[in-house]
Amino acid sequence: MTALPDKTDKKLGLVIDLDTCVGCHGCVTACKGWNTQHYGAPLSDTDPYGADPGGTFLNRVFSYEAQAEGRPAQTIHMPRSCLHCDDAPCVTVCPTGASYKRAEDGIVLVNEDRCIGCGLCAWACPYGARELDREAGIMKKCTLCVDRIYNENLPEEDRVPACVRTCPAGARHFGDLGDPDSDVSKLVAKRGGYDLMPDLGTKPVNKYLPPRPKDTLDTAPLTAVADEPKGFLGWLDKALEKL
Amino acid sequence: MHPAPSVIIFTTLSGLGFGLFFWLGLGVPDVQGGSAFAFFFIAYVLSCAGLLASTFHLGNKKNAIYALSQWRTSWLSREGVAAIVTLFLFALIAVPRIFLGAEMVISGVIGSVLALITVVTTSMIYTQLKTIPRWNQPLTPVLFLLHALGGGALLAGEVKIAGWLLLALTLALFAAWRVGDRRALARGTTGDATGLAHLGAVRMLESGHTARNYVVDEMVYRVGRKHAEKLRWIALALAGALPAAILLLTPPGHITAFVALALHLLGVVIGRWLFFAEAEHVVGLYHGA
Repeated sequence: MTALPDKTDKKLGLVIDLDTCVGCHGCVTACKGWNTQHYGAPLSDTDPYGADPGGTFLNRVFSYEAQAEGRPAQTIHMPRSCLHCDDAPCVTVCPTGASYKRAEDGIVLVNEDRCIGCGLCAWACPYGARELDREAGIMKKCTLCVDRIYNENLPEEDRVPACVRTCPAGARHFGDLGDPDSDVSKLVAKRGGYDLMPDLGTKPVNKYLPPRPKDTLDTAPLTAVADEPKGFLGWLDKALEKL
Repeated sequence: MHPAPSVIIFTTLSGLGFGLFFWLGLGVPDVQGGSAFAFFFIAYVLSCAGLLASTFHLGNKKNAIYALSQWRTSWLSREGVAAIVTLFLFALIAVPRIFLGAEMVISGVIGSVLALITVVTTSMIYTQLKTIPRWNQPLTPVLFLLHALGGGALLAGEVKIAGWLLLALTLALFAAWRVGDRRALARGTTGDATGLAHLGAVRMLESGHTARNYVVDEMVYRVGRKHAEKLRWIALALAGALPAAILLLTPPGHITAFVALALHLLGVVIGRWLFFAEAEHVVGLYHGA
């Protein structure tokens, strides 16, 4: 049923550190790789070697520039995927019951045997987290690697989402955000983790950690060392002028 | 939003069809036999063609039957159920009217209410979306209802009632654009959406892809804004003002009604194209749009 559970036992999700992310797109590739070979229909590519390549991804990294008045600009890399919202609007709009949120761990999934590919869930999602696969005609979204995290055939260190496992910067963290004593919850509390677009009332489970405040230089970076050179520099200046 | 022909045809035709059903249920026009057949035939062709068109954009049609299962939560599912119940009930009304000359007053009124409920459920598919502030306002269901009632009255031959309803539609269209523009502006900025506004002015440096993709094609669709303003006035004149003027100011006749209907239909199609093409989805903020 596409009714949301009243509460979920756990709130499994990701915490993404915008201070640490270097924008390497490793998580994008790992996600595409795992989810093309495992759960559900593969993430197709359209015209992959042609003039107009495209494809389905469950996670994409965007880069933004922020600049305050009179300060140097800073770059922020923001990986974006499903936030597994507590009040997920994509679930309740689904006419077929294909979209659902699991009561046991809060993961939002699509039952591909029920999906009609109408796209309304993608319209209802503020975050652009759902993509209709053009080959399969089915809505694809982040599964939080549900086929890894409980998979006892994998070594224990691999039982995390592929994006988390692969991140070379350690910018992605996985855990139970419903448990205030979990590592991820402590991290969120310590670093001031925040929700994306909280005013839309979706109550995302995934949190983003803001970039740490940067130091300010006392002087502007490109001020001349000496406008009126004196001493040796002054002599050199004059000597070179005469040449 | 991407103005897919399937949804434009769907909302235009099924709106007209269920609008005509509303009037036929009330016994307007009060016809039996052959002419009742003609009216019911038009209503069925319009509503069924619209509903069929709406399935064209489905990626996976074989699961379509499940779409009737989630009426407790989903407006799209409710719409499917309401449409099917309405069409079925009107078969029970149409057959006695055509072949037995029966009046079918009570079931007719129930059918009319169901036809209106169907139109409201259609409108709620769009109105419910908080992600599209332009649609997420009370005037959206009003617009769908006035389109259906006005167009339906025109098809039913009630020219004066149709005239007044289309006049109301003209005002509602104008008001919806004004309110919609304000709501669209209030969406915020890329800084608000990313939660980075406290760091200064935020702009997108690089998008997450070098090729087009589903989200961009579907939701970050941008119309040639150059002509949007002109198209609004054209839609307003053709769908509402001109047919209303013709119907209210000229003596009733088949030719004037036909001209009014043709103008109205063209205007509705243009208006519906704008309804989708102009609608700004908040995800566009992440894409710097």
